[in-house]
Amino acid sequence: MKKTGAQILCESLIKEGVEVIFGILGGAVLPIYDTFPQYPKLRHILVRHEQGAAHAADGYARATHKAGVCIATSGPGATNLVTGIACAYMDSAPMVAITGQVAKAFIGKDAFQETDITGITLPITKHNYLVTDVAELAKTVKEAFHIAQTGRPGPVLIDIPRDVQQEQADFIYPDKLDLPSYKVPSRGHPAQIKKAANLINEAAQPVIIAGRGIIVSQAFDEFKEFAEKAQLPVAHTLLGLSSFPGNHILDLGMLGMHGTACANMAVQNADLLIAIGMRFDDRATGNTREFAPNARIIHIDIDPAEIGKNIPVDIPVVGDIKSVLTAMNKEIERREHVDWLSQIEQWRYEHPSLEIRQGDELLPQYIVHQIYEATQGDAMVVTGVGQNQMWAARYFVYTKPNSLISGGGLGPMGFELPAAMGVKVGRPEEVVWCVAGDGGFQMTIQELATITQENIAVKIAILNNGYLGMVRQWQELFYERRYVATKLWNPDFVKIAEAYDIPGLRVTRREEVIPAIQKAMEYPGPFLIDFFIEPEENVYPIVPPGESLARFLDTSKPEMVRK
Amino acid sequence: MVNTKHTLVALVEDKPGVLNRIASLFRRRNFNIQSLAVGSSEHPGLSRMTIVVGGDAAQVEQVRKQLEKLINVVKVSDITEEDMVSRELALIKVKTTTTTRSEIMQIVGIFRANIVDVGPTSLTVEVTGDEDKVNSLLGLLRDFGVKELSRTGRIALTRGSSP
Repeated sequence: MKKTGAQILCESLIKEGVEVIFGILGGAVLPIYDTFPQYPKLRHILVRHEQGAAHAADGYARATHKAGVCIATSGPGATNLVTGIACAYMDSAPMVAITGQVAKAFIGKDAFQETDITGITLPITKHNYLVTDVAELAKTVKEAFHIAQTGRPGPVLIDIPRDVQQEQADFIYPDKLDLPSYKVPSRGHPAQIKKAANLINEAAQPVIIAGRGIIVSQAFDEFKEFAEKAQLPVAHTLLGLSSFPGNHILDLGMLGMHGTACANMAVQNADLLIAIGMRFDDRATGNTREFAPNARIIHIDIDPAEIGKNIPVDIPVVGDIKSVLTAMNKEIERREHVDWLSQIEQWRYEHPSLEIRQGDELLPQYIVHQIYEATQGDAMVVTGVGQNQMWAARYFVYTKPNSLISGGGLGPMGFELPAAMGVKVGRPEEVVWCVAGDGGFQMTIQELATITQENIAVKIAILNNGYLGMVRQWQELFYERRYVATKLWNPDFVKIAEAYDIPGLRVTRREEVIPAIQKAMEYPGPFLIDFFIEPEENVYPIVPPGESLARFLDTSKPEMVRK
Repeated sequence: MVNTKHTLVALVEDKPGVLNRIASLFRRRNFNIQSLAVGSSEHPGLSRMTIVVGGDAAQVEQVRKQLEKLINVVKVSDITEEDMVSRELALIKVKTTTTTRSEIMQIVGIFRANIVDVGPTSLTVEVTGDEDKVNSLLGLLRDFGVKELSRTGRIALTRGSSP
C-alpha cells in the first residue's frame, strides 16, 4: 500500500524504536505534523526554541544511549538547531535531526524560509541527507540511525522537502543497509593490545585518562576491572566523569584546566598514560608540548582519526572500548604500585580536591556537594557551561555510571535546561538535577514552559553570582580585574518560575541550602532554587591558558605552584 | 618534519555533494589542497580522485584518516612512496607571430606535445606528462607569451601489481 512521505517517515521512526521527538512545527514540516495523530506511539514534545529541541534530543541520547530525535521547519527552524547539532557532534552524541525544506522546485531560488541546511551542517554532522525522492526516504532513515548510533556516534541530519513529505511511495523498510564505504572498527588489533598490555605490565607510574568513550561503549565493568587489576589510578576528562566510581581509591577526579591537583600532577609525572575514549582536548592537556613529558602513551579509541591528531602516541589501539578492554584484561597482570599511589595520595593531601571553606559564605562548591549528599550520588547531573559546570564536575561525586551530562566540547551556555529535560524524558525514573549559571540559564529559559506543559520533573539549581562568572574569573586573573560586559542584571528567577507555574525558593544563606534541596527533592514536579552565591568566587585550581598542567593557581596559594 | 607534496588517491561514491564534502573537510581542518582531479573509476558508481596535498607525514596521515571517515569515501591511499604513474594534462594558448610560429612548433615537437588549435595570432598546445615536464615546456613557452593556461592537476595510479 502506498504511503505519503510523512507517513513513511513516522513508520520508519517507529521501526527504529523512536519514542520521543522534540520539535517545533512550521510550514515546511506541516505534512509530517499532520500525520503525527496517526502514530500515537511517537510522543512529540513541543519546545519553545529549536535550540532547545536539539539539546533535549542530545540529553535524551546521552542518557539512554539511543539516538535522540529533533525536528524543525526549514529556514530559521533549521538554523536554530545548529548549536545543538554542533554540541552533539563535538561530544559524539547520537542524534537524528529532521528538517523540513521548501518544495523541490523552490530549492535554490531563495524561497521563503529556505536555507541550505545540509550545506550549513556539513562540518557539524557525521553525515547528512537531502531527500529528493520519496522512494529513498525509508532507506535514508535507516542509514541515518545506523550512522548516528554506531562507531563513534554523532548527529545525522535529514532534510526533507515539503512535497517529498506529501508524495507517495510503497513503504518497505529495508532489512539490510547499503553502506559499502561505512566501516566501524570493532575489536582492537590483538598485536596492539598485546603491546599495550606489555607496557602496562612494565609501568611504574601509570595513569589512565578516562574519556566519554568508556560511557558511550558502556564498558563500566570492564573498565573497573582493568583499573583495579593493574592498579591504575584514573584521571578523567570532563566528559569521562562517571565512567568510574568517583569515590574509588584509584579515582583522581578530573584533569586539565580546572582539574584536581592530584590528577594533573599524576599525569605530568606519569611514565605511562593510558588514554581511553578521549581526544586530547586542549582543556584537558594544557600546553601540549609540555604534556606528560616522561610518559609513553597508549591511546584506545574507536576513531582512527583521533590517533595522533593532537598528541603523538606510542601504542594506538583502534576499536570498541568494551571489546578492547575485555581483551586487555586477559593480557594485563595484577600489579601494585605502592610508591606511586602513595606519592599521588601525598599530592591529594597537599591539595584536597573537595575542600570547601568553612564559614557563612554561600559557596557553590558547598551547594553542589550538598546535592550529592542529598542524593547520595543516585542522580543525574546536567550542567551549563562555565563556573557552574566546573563546580558540578568537581564537587559532586560521580558514583553512578553515566550520571554527568554536560556540553563539553562545544561549551554551549543554555545547554543545561533543555538537556536536563531530555535526560528526564529518557530516564523518568532518575532524579535529574540541572545545575545552571544565571547567565546560561537565560539563554534557554523559555524551556520552563515546555517543562510545565509536559510536567518534566527536573530540579533546577541556579548558581547565581550576578556575573558571566567564568569570563569574570578570567578578567580577574588575566585581564587585571577589568570587568567588561560580565556583570548581569537578573530578573527574580523565583518569580519567573512562578510565572511558569513552577515552585521555587531563593537561598541566600548556607544554612538554608540543605532544607531547600530537601524541599526540591520531596516536591513531585519540577522545582527551582535560586542560590545567591558569593559573586566573585573562583574555580580553583586553574591552569592558565597555554601553560603546562604542572603550573596551576591553587585556591590556598595564589602564587604559581611548580612541581 | 619534512613538508612535502603527497599524492592521495581516493575512491569515492559518485553522488551529488561528495566533492563539496571533501573540499569542505580540507577547508575546515585547515589542510591545503594543491591540486584535485576527479573522474570515473573502473567501478560503476565510484569516482577516483587524485589529491595532491602539502604537509608532513603526520599531517597527511591525519588528512587521509579524516577523509576516510566521510561516509561517501570508500578508500583513501597515500601513494607518494609507492611506485606510481602520475600524469597531468595542460592546454597552453601561446601568442604567435609569423616569425615565432615555427620555433614554437619545434619546441612542441621536442616535448612530444600536440598542437590542437591554430589561430591567426595563437597556437593551443596540449601536453601530457608529469608536472616537471609540463613546467619545463611552460617555461619555454612563456618567452613567447602565454595567453591562457589550463592544467588538470595530477592524476595517479600505482604501477603494475602494486595494491
